[in-house]
Amino acid sequence: MKKISFEGFMKGVFMLCATTSILAIILICYFIFSGGVPFIMEYGLKEFLLGTSWRPSNTPPAFGILPMIFGSLVMTLVAVVLGVPIGVLTATYLAKFCDKRLYKILKPCINLMAGIPSIVYGFFALVVIVPLMKDVFGGTGMNIITASILLAIMILPTIIGLSESSIKSVPNSYYEGSIGLGASHERAVMTVVLPAAKSGIISSIILGVGRAIGETMAVILVAGNQPRIPNSLTKGVRTLTTNIVLEMAYAADAHREALIATAVVLFVFILLINAIFLIVKRRTLN
Amino acid sequence: MKTKSRIMRLLIKASAFITFAALFFIIAYIIINGMPNLKPSLFALEYTTTNVSMFPSIINTILLVLLTLIIATPIGVFTGFYLVEYAKRGNKLVEVIRITTETLSGIPSIVYGLFGMLFFVYRLEFSYSLLAGTLTAAIMVLPVIIRSTEEALMAVDDSLREASLGLGAGKLRTIFRVVLPVAMPGILSGIILSIGRIVGETAALMYTLGTATKMINGFFSSGRTLSLHMYVLSSEGLFVKEAYATGVILLLIVLLINGLSTYLSNKLTKGRLD
Repeated sequence: MKKISFEGFMKGVFMLCATTSILAIILICYFIFSGGVPFIMEYGLKEFLLGTSWRPSNTPPAFGILPMIFGSLVMTLVAVVLGVPIGVLTATYLAKFCDKRLYKILKPCINLMAGIPSIVYGFFALVVIVPLMKDVFGGTGMNIITASILLAIMILPTIIGLSESSIKSVPNSYYEGSIGLGASHERAVMTVVLPAAKSGIISSIILGVGRAIGETMAVILVAGNQPRIPNSLTKGVRTLTTNIVLEMAYAADAHREALIATAVVLFVFILLINAIFLIVKRRTLN
Repeated sequence: MKTKSRIMRLLIKASAFITFAALFFIIAYIIINGMPNLKPSLFALEYTTTNVSMFPSIINTILLVLLTLIIATPIGVFTGFYLVEYAKRGNKLVEVIRITTETLSGIPSIVYGLFGMLFFVYRLEFSYSLLAGTLTAAIMVLPVIIRSTEEALMAVDDSLREASLGLGAGKLRTIFRVVLPVAMPGILSGIILSIGRIVGETAALMYTLGTATKMINGFFSSGRTLSLHMYVLSSEGLFVKEAYATGVILLLIVLLINGLSTYLSNKLTKGRLD
């Protein structure tokens, strides 16, 4: 009898632990939204999202975050354009072109790449890419292109990891059928296997976009951080994430609430990206 | 046709080359430029503005990692137990937990940081402290531990469970004495991955753990981890040499952690083949 009740008790403990993550997400949503939404209501959603000037210390202050939304989106877009082809093709290489012995060395390298702290990436970009950009484009070297190159490198392991496993999970008969019809190895892989792995590759890209939009500490070192809409890719830019970190230390009252509201916008972006990811993934499974 | 294939092959190989060249260049660049900057004074017991010692940050990092794991590991592993061993197929709760873990792992660290600041630092009045930093980090690594536990448990052959239950062992005994030992390498590699995440974290800790330069001496004491130390040094721009040196130490830690996790997951796949 005693044994049975202990079993039941532990089952309860396990279940309780399982609800922790639900509790965590509820708390996170509650604190972020309740900290930022009242400010957005008061200031006006349209003025906040579409306002082009961010001057928290003016009287009256201006809290328009369009430059930051624009900054995040443009930087992410350029990073994706640079990173996705390289990432997907590297995944193809790992899955279909690389011999087993080499694979055993290269695969852990991808995990290592994912494990390098973002501050190390950021520092590297600061001491290597920034001076390079300075020589090429002039100015400070801290601009959209610098940040995008850095982000492109940082999202590679995310894209490669997921793409590779989805390429590998395509049934071998697809490949064999194509080879049997006379296609070359490259043609079979590129025109038959890759299209079959499409949804896995797309979800890897979505995950990469999420990582790029959410990246903070690496970007802050190299993006220049000017809160204005840039007119070229060689201008500095501020993102939603860096806006929060840069000013949180000294912000008070409305300014602080505006920063939390910035996080609300970022959070909504991320939740949307996550939802799309889940939908694509579910479709793959069915 | 043949040239097209050849171009394709070239592009694929070039991409792989760019990826791995970038990785090796980053590691080599930091280590080669950082090594000469590793001076004994950087490991002095006390931080001063003249020695810029990273020793307190190293101790703080170790403390934070240990405490975070003490909180997050049981919760994460037990969640895995529930999801794999107890919940029935099509259970609504399991569905919800899967979606929340997935969502949690996608939330950017700055959002965690802000949440930690609003909840732990201000609402619960922990101020910038080890406790606030630990709790924030624990929520962050929870999805990593849950996921790896789940995968490791699912990889365990059902016949083992059936044999144990058939011999009259209870469910708990089966889990702890039969399933857990087999799944251990997978769970451990998840825990090691979490260590890597905590060590590398900056944005979530800046406004929860704070950036004080001293060694942490209690739950309510603030300090900075190695990554935060490196961030402060590189954003100030005054101590580039010291930032390089910190980067070397961070990279060495990450290399060690990844080596361990690769070793463990190799062990897991080998175990499955036996």
